Amino acid sequence: MNPAIYALGFVVFAPVLGGLLAGVDRIVSARMQGRVGPPLLQPFYDVGKLLQKRTRQINPIAEPLLIAHLGYMAATGALLLGGTDLIFTVFVFALAALLLVLAAGSANSPFSFAGAERELVVLLASEPFFILMMVAICKVTGASTFEGVLASSQLVAVQLPGVLLAFLLVATIKLRKSPFDISISHHPHQELVSGLTSDMSGRLLAYVELAHWYESALLCAFMVLLFNWSVPVGVLAFAVAYALEVLVDNATSRIKWQLVLRSTWAATLLLCGGNLLALFVMGR
Amino acid sequence: MSFFSRSPWILHYDGSSCNGCDIEVLACLTPLYDVERFGVINTGNPKHADILLVTGSVNERNIEIVRNLYRQMPDPKVVVAVGACACSGGIFARAYNVQGGIDKVIPVDVYVPGCAARPESIIDGVVQGIAALEAKQRMTA
Repeated sequence: MNPAIYALGFVVFAPVLGGLLAGVDRIVSARMQGRVGPPLLQPFYDVGKLLQKRTRQINPIAEPLLIAHLGYMAATGALLLGGTDLIFTVFVFALAALLLVLAAGSANSPFSFAGAERELVVLLASEPFFILMMVAICKVTGASTFEGVLASSQLVAVQLPGVLLAFLLVATIKLRKSPFDISISHHPHQELVSGLTSDMSGRLLAYVELAHWYESALLCAFMVLLFNWSVPVGVLAFAVAYALEVLVDNATSRIKWQLVLRSTWAATLLLCGGNLLALFVMGR
Repeated sequence: MSFFSRSPWILHYDGSSCNGCDIEVLACLTPLYDVERFGVINTGNPKHADILLVTGSVNERNIEIVRNLYRQMPDPKVVVAVGACACSGGIFARAYNVQGGIDKVIPVDVYVPGCAARPESIIDGVVQGIAALEAKQRMTA
């Protein structure tokens, strides 16, 4: 099939998947706490309401930056499924995340600004991993596109178990789950009010939420790269990983940024680097 | 279609309450009452909130804070006064620093009586607040 159709499919269906995932997440979290939880479609109601609510513009530059954040997040997935080079998509992914930091930093409020600074730390912690992950996948499969990796006869997760473990750790950051949710959190009464989104209201917050749905779907696509047997196996693996993330989210408390950086870099270096070194030593 | 009835986000502010009503507000979030069933989130951020839930009376020190929180909330917004103190000043009404109920400072849409207000009546107050929110949204739309 034409890769452009996959790209278009991602842009259209990723928010639906991401929103449903957020709904399941909230129900499962509530059940873990002995509650019933909101309806499955609650995230869609929330975004619908945010779009209807009056928007307060603290700094007029925030809205174009957030629209660009949303656009680049959708573009990352579209580029990935559309057959662009894997490492290039990771750089577009980083750019999308950076636009959110710029939007939060433009608000000039201490909470928002501290959230932006922490998001930069979180980016610093996660980006080396994503680059190394893509390099490892390209090395193992000899392909540099999504389709190529899926068509490869090499089973990525079998050859890169270390990278898979590190991915589970780094995905916690990208899914904004505890203990790594230092820059923004859905839980109230944290020390930063709402961190990054403290000064975003109405449709600005809706853009952030939509972009996060794209991000969740993108992480699912990354998981498919690791489990390249077939797409359903990858999606199933992502569902299992996400269940683990929800469990960790409910069982741990937020840690300091130093520990976020150290643990993620240690995992990148030891698990990813060690995995690549082992493959090199074994002569593959 | 309005989504306000399905996703009311709440900001809880404790004026000069004895904490009795605050405990009851928090009880609404526990497994027994679980207001998240109705899409309610306790945000802690005025810029994300639709409903301002105030417990306790206003005094000289928090007049500006209550006003500021109210001003920071984007429209449409609703204020729910929870408990006797928030409604009228309660037993503290004649204390030297107490101004009285929340309606002395900001417009209140729903009054929830009780000392302390029961979780059931707080949830009922929020539901009536949602109706007021919908009406305000229709007026501005």
